[in-house]
Amino acid sequence: MAVAGDTDLDIQAGPLGSGPPARGGRSGRSGWLRGPGLRRKIELTLLLGPALLLFAGFALLPIVLAAYDGMYKWTGFGPLGSFAGLYNYRLVLDDPVFRQAFGHNLIIVAASILIQLPLGLGMALLLNRRIWGRAALRTLVFAPFVLPYATTAVMWLLLLQPGGFVDQVLKLTGLAGLTQLWLANLHLVIYTMIVVLTWQFFGFAMLLMLAGLQGIPGELLEAAALDGASAWRTTWRITIPLLGPTIRIWLFLSIVGSLQVFDQVWIMTEGGPANASSTMATYLVQRGFQSSEFGYGSAVAVIMFGICFIFALVYQRFVLRRDTAGALTRAVG
Amino acid sequence: MSAIAVRAPAGRRRLSPLTLATYLAGLLLAGITVVPLLFVFLDGAKTNAQINSSATGLPHPWAWHNYAQLLSSAAFWQPLANSAEVAVLVTALVLVLGSMAAFALSRYDFRGREGLFLVFAIGLLWPLNAAALPLYLLLDKIGLVDSILGLVLCEAAFALPLTVVILRPFMREIPGELEDAAVVDGASRLQFFLRVLLPLSRPALATVAVLAFINSWNQYLLPLLLFTSTDHYTLPLAVANFQTQFAQDTASILAFTALSMVPALACFIFAQRHLVGGFSGAVKG
Repeated sequence: MAVAGDTDLDIQAGPLGSGPPARGGRSGRSGWLRGPGLRRKIELTLLLGPALLLFAGFALLPIVLAAYDGMYKWTGFGPLGSFAGLYNYRLVLDDPVFRQAFGHNLIIVAASILIQLPLGLGMALLLNRRIWGRAALRTLVFAPFVLPYATTAVMWLLLLQPGGFVDQVLKLTGLAGLTQLWLANLHLVIYTMIVVLTWQFFGFAMLLMLAGLQGIPGELLEAAALDGASAWRTTWRITIPLLGPTIRIWLFLSIVGSLQVFDQVWIMTEGGPANASSTMATYLVQRGFQSSEFGYGSAVAVIMFGICFIFALVYQRFVLRRDTAGALTRAVG
Repeated sequence: MSAIAVRAPAGRRRLSPLTLATYLAGLLLAGITVVPLLFVFLDGAKTNAQINSSATGLPHPWAWHNYAQLLSSAAFWQPLANSAEVAVLVTALVLVLGSMAAFALSRYDFRGREGLFLVFAIGLLWPLNAAALPLYLLLDKIGLVDSILGLVLCEAAFALPLTVVILRPFMREIPGELEDAAVVDGASRLQFFLRVLLPLSRPALATVAVLAFINSWNQYLLPLLLFTSTDHYTLPLAVANFQTQFAQDTASILAFTALSMVPALACFIFAQRHLVGGFSGAVKG
């Protein structure tokens, strides 16, 4: 696992054998790898330039501009309005509607962890052996994840219409008493959203866990069995701990995803009724875009970014530190 | 080879309770996944009257005209073409720029290399949904709002981090001896990149391409803000728009939704291997 956990590792790895060899004069490589000067610089510029330009121009610049725009009272196009400093940011953070939306994001985060993690893990454990139809099931359960969220949102919107498919199924199974206004009930709507989101993302959790399980060497489990450990004990003491890196990566992706939920909510309820299903992203579109309060909207965008970023750094610092799960974890923080 | 398999050593023919539980759970899961999708496809072949009286069950008789009507109109084909255009351009742009950058970041030694890589990696934390409004404002300044090109540039920029993060470690793993051999054979660095490194990186390139394509294909919020003319609408936008426009015509909406799911499902079945491979690769680290 993480040998040194820092970027120096890359450079030192060469002499140890398997890693990419250090490329300096030392390795005695011929000409073009260390060729001094101009030609190399030109090559590097040509190779890196376009990607950097695109990335800086369309990913980094917007956030910088948004941070700047957020300091102005700017409604509509044309010149920025009057300078307001951090006023917009304060206003957003003090707005009960934004706080409510953020609260909904947190509910979605919690629900994904409490529902998808145990179910995904459990299902992956059950499926991690030769079973008839396993590949088909895996494909099937993963399918919702690759469908455009907008199309599944329209699907659920129609399924959940009063008197629609879901209600009819309940009636057929003698559970008509459970029928609800799934998308219009103030107290229920956020949980309806959670069901929809779980349907869409469960397969991803399961697939990731299955992939992680396949990376666990069978010898370990056989050894445990030889030592007389029960299957239950082996699962808890060996399999799940070894799955740690996978679980932590899934948690990370799931939380960042939950913090920016938009499509499903927007299409099914636009965050309503009465903001009962709003999220930060629907708030952003409603307040920043639809009412053309671009300064205010920019502040919301920056805050959303800040929340994701701070979360990622904290998570990296305290949770992912020991993993070498991909470059993301090695590189950030 | 799971913990569980240890106790029930390789399949005797009788069903252990655990296997039975697995089948039941699997069946339940498959049902929950498939039934809503079946509803879309089947009820798209009903009339509205049929749906109102019974949304469950098979269409009786089958009313194919919903599908037929859509398939013979631009309402479906135009957004499909738009989606394809955007996704193909984004994928191509990301593959070209991303592999070049990853090549430089993996096979060259230069000061600031790790810092640059870090910049890309941090890009992973900048969610496109949060960036949509700032991007809209930016594109408005440079006159690219409501253009396919503007959308492509934004989506490609946001797909680059993942591309570089997946490609770089992969390219790093390719042994240096190959580089030496290429030199001995008199290849230039560019030739090495094009003739050796890229072909060897094909699995990673495939994963990256599939991810970029799917992400672009599914994008909703950004095009929603950028596009004012419905001519430019991509499929997700068109479906949502169709739903609000013809709210009363449930059957047609379902048919449209079903049709718009087909490309994604087909693509998924075709590209499954790369997706799964990519995820497990990322996890093993």
